[in-house]
Amino acid sequence: MLAYIIRRLLFAVPILIGVNLITFALFFMVNTPDDMARVHLGAKQTSPEMITAWKQIHGYDKPLFYNEKASGLSKLNETLFVQESLKLFWFDFGQSDDGRQISSDIKERMWPSLAIALPTFIIGLITNIAIALLIVLFRGSVLDSATMVVAVAIMSISGLFYIIAGQVLFSKIWHWVPISGYTDGWDGMKFLILPILIGIFAGLGAGVRWYRSIFLEEINKDYIRTARAKGLSEIKVLFGHLLQNGLLPILTGVVVVIPTLFMGSLIMESFFGIPGLGSYTIDAIHAQDFGIVKSMVFLGSVLYIIGLILTDISYTFFDPRVRLN
Amino acid sequence: MTLISVSGCEQSRWNSPYELGLAKQPTLFSSFSSKPKHLDPVISYNANEWSIIGQVYEPPLQYHYLKRPYSLEPLTLQSMPEVTFLNEQGQPISKDSTDIAFSEYTLYLNPSIRYQPHPAFVKDITGHLTFANLSADKLSDITTMEDFKQTDTRLLMAEDYAYAIKRMAVQLNNSPILGTMKRLIVGLSDFSEQVSLSPVKPQALQKMKITGVQVVSGSELKIRIYGKYPQFLYWLSMNFFAPIPWEAEVFYNQPGLAEKNISLDTYPVGTGAYQLVENNPNKRMRLVANPNYDHGFYPESGLSEGADPVLLKDAGKQLPFIKEVVYSLEKESVPLWNKFLQGYYDASGVSSDSFDQAISISGGGHLNLTPEMKQKGIQFLNTVEPTIYYFGFNMADPVVGGYSKKQRKLRQALSIALNFEEYISIFMNGRGVAAQGPIPPGIFGHESGQKGINSIVYDWKNGHPKRKPIEVAKKLLAEAGYPNGRKSNGEPLVLHYDTAATGPDSKAQLNWYRKQFAKLGIQLVIRATDYNRFQDKMRGAKGQMFTWGWNADYPDPENFLFLLNGAQSVTQTRGAGINYANYDNPEFNRLFKKIKTMENSPERLALIQKMVRIVQKDAPWAWGFNPKSLALYHSWYHNVWPNPLANNTLKYKRIDAIERVTKQKAWNKPVIWPIVIVLLLLLISIYPLIKAYQARQKAVVVPHQKGGL
Repeated sequence: MLAYIIRRLLFAVPILIGVNLITFALFFMVNTPDDMARVHLGAKQTSPEMITAWKQIHGYDKPLFYNEKASGLSKLNETLFVQESLKLFWFDFGQSDDGRQISSDIKERMWPSLAIALPTFIIGLITNIAIALLIVLFRGSVLDSATMVVAVAIMSISGLFYIIAGQVLFSKIWHWVPISGYTDGWDGMKFLILPILIGIFAGLGAGVRWYRSIFLEEINKDYIRTARAKGLSEIKVLFGHLLQNGLLPILTGVVVVIPTLFMGSLIMESFFGIPGLGSYTIDAIHAQDFGIVKSMVFLGSVLYIIGLILTDISYTFFDPRVRLN
Repeated sequence: MTLISVSGCEQSRWNSPYELGLAKQPTLFSSFSSKPKHLDPVISYNANEWSIIGQVYEPPLQYHYLKRPYSLEPLTLQSMPEVTFLNEQGQPISKDSTDIAFSEYTLYLNPSIRYQPHPAFVKDITGHLTFANLSADKLSDITTMEDFKQTDTRLLMAEDYAYAIKRMAVQLNNSPILGTMKRLIVGLSDFSEQVSLSPVKPQALQKMKITGVQVVSGSELKIRIYGKYPQFLYWLSMNFFAPIPWEAEVFYNQPGLAEKNISLDTYPVGTGAYQLVENNPNKRMRLVANPNYDHGFYPESGLSEGADPVLLKDAGKQLPFIKEVVYSLEKESVPLWNKFLQGYYDASGVSSDSFDQAISISGGGHLNLTPEMKQKGIQFLNTVEPTIYYFGFNMADPVVGGYSKKQRKLRQALSIALNFEEYISIFMNGRGVAAQGPIPPGIFGHESGQKGINSIVYDWKNGHPKRKPIEVAKKLLAEAGYPNGRKSNGEPLVLHYDTAATGPDSKAQLNWYRKQFAKLGIQLVIRATDYNRFQDKMRGAKGQMFTWGWNADYPDPENFLFLLNGAQSVTQTRGAGINYANYDNPEFNRLFKKIKTMENSPERLALIQKMVRIVQKDAPWAWGFNPKSLALYHSWYHNVWPNPLANNTLKYKRIDAIERVTKQKAWNKPVIWPIVIVLLLLLISIYPLIKAYQARQKAVVVPHQKGGL
């Protein structure tokens, strides 16, 4: 397995170089370094000298991919792409264009993101599976039909509606929790309850329908019939046999998400005033802050690749037939 | 249950986002939606940044809080600067002389002003700065400013102001006003070249001298500028001229601190009423009262006409009243507004989402609070901002530009057709006034009433300006050579509007513009692009028509009229100017040159009025509108008075914390019954499920009666 992981990690290097290349090309296709300087310096009173000085300070005075003025290997080395990309591979994200340390911002902002995303993910997963199993238990009944109708209704409504409705109902009308805000430690729980509940609820429709279809595919298989024939209770059949065999397709979609939980949720964090990573990239794109954009795209890619590797590894734990080689 | 346990410390305020202790103190709760990029006064040129550093730094002058029209007063000075006019040889001459070569401003500082407590000032027994050269070991223990346990202060000196100007001259510091100041302050241009060649250490910079900036003594400073430029005083009220103690730069420049986000750009060091003790732009910023601040007092006079006399209740009292300010990150307007209604923010603006809930518009177009707001005791202020949003014509364009009679008539017709009263009503909820010329209300040179209307576009009827009927515009259009919006060959006149508004939200606005042109039979083509490309087009004078805005730097008509000065046109300055309409009228330019150096007087007013009439007739802009700012605030928030030009007004505000806590409690009692109902529903639904499960377990397999194998 170790050889497999090392091989996958090595495969990741050209992928990450490619991702970086595309990020650089797309970003600078839309924004020139002069545009970036103007945005950072403000529209008023921006002189050409200031723009030159700003580019010099932030390293944007170098050519993007090819330095004609340099000689030898420096033609490639003395470029923005190489100078900025190489550092990323040892996770040196450097400074944002407004002078803040990107790595310290990421370290600080990932915890509030995780504080919402992790409980939402775990409790949401358990709730979705539990409800899906319950429906499978009563498949074909009124409960099954009614739950499916509700699930489709939940899916059809925008997540933003749940957020605003939740804030109005639980915070504004019933005064149970703060509308928005964040504090570190246990005091922060009162700020997290509502976004977590809304996150779980908003994901119920899609989650329940998906898991239900997975379990329904399994429920008529021979091993389930055999388990029933042995006289096992429905609970034991569902949790002991059905769930275990239904986990493989669930893992495909779930494990890959785990590392990216750090990246947070844009809308949820914006509306609840959670200082997470959700809006970090979008804010940077608006501010034309390339330092942050490239770092976050790189980090997102790395986390996604880790998620895929973890998914492959997780198969070996739940399905003995799978071998990584 | 979890809900009750985590919020249970104060049963009547489960939804409070703050600790109760803070709310009981004279603390102001406010918010910010985007992080301030720069807090270094030499760089910062943004309203959200100035709202923070304006409380910390003190330039020599400030705007009087209450007086209108806006007027300057000493902030750290004993009196207003003395101005001496000098000839080429440096000899004093009369202010009316035509030989004025220089103006010299002498600033006498209040000698007892001290800086906020800061580790940069701490010295050891040998007199050396203790924290100027921290070892790697000591640096490893530092993560925030609070980790510096020792602080000290010192007196404000004239050399600190000189040092600030020297920092401004360093090109790598990117001061946005360096270009302007190099043309003004004697010797600054040469000095800038000298200090921008290679990095200069703070100690060395402190010893260097600018020809036009002379530190006479610890409390006397002379600044010499070229020619006569009375507006220089306004610049002296801006944060660019705030004093910087060189020790602060020595402290922050040492290696290792910037990596911890500790720099002069993140933690300002000033003499103002507040000090920034927490700067986490990802979450929260916190100001606390500067314990060394003792030179600010509430104004005893200057109440403008119509203002509430209660504004003078605190006259003569020591400032500041509010001891702490907490700015929380609040990116969305909906939660911000709801928290304001719950009493957790002391003041709020009015977004379009909440406008109908907060404001009602009377038949006469006046803004009033809704009964719901009045019931809560909420109060509001609205003021016309010293800002203009205008619709510009590119005068270099062969169709909409030019100075011939016909070309002028086309622009005049379009100015009448573009109904900005309607625009304000539809898109701004009535928060604005249609502009009559380039100078907004409240600025010297603006005329109100019949005298001030733009007679090309408006008639004066029943005591109000009334936009001329569309028939007048059609007549002008026909005289311009486009009867019914058609060219001489019968083809429709097609005009192009360049804009950076590309989102779905802009669709209605763009359709509105099309409709305005369609009234004259003109086809409008929208050329929407991103902001970068839009700016490129404007700088290259490639647009035909566009909208742009300008916010006053200082309350002088020169700051608006220069937007139409020929010397500022982008065609003449290769894109570096600010006159995007490329308006270049020799008579206007001549008058501008004249009023630029004049002090406010009836003669200056007459010239300004003449200039306004010229541009109204030439119509390089279809004057657009001056926006109104609306501020709502709770009954416990006192001394609130709009002053869009002053940035340091926090010190005048007062909070009645007891009233706030009482109302917060009354408005936020938790409603318990839904919890009980939810629990009951859960219990009730579990029972049939259990029964159904049991029935399923007992069910038997029934063989098929018919068919099958």
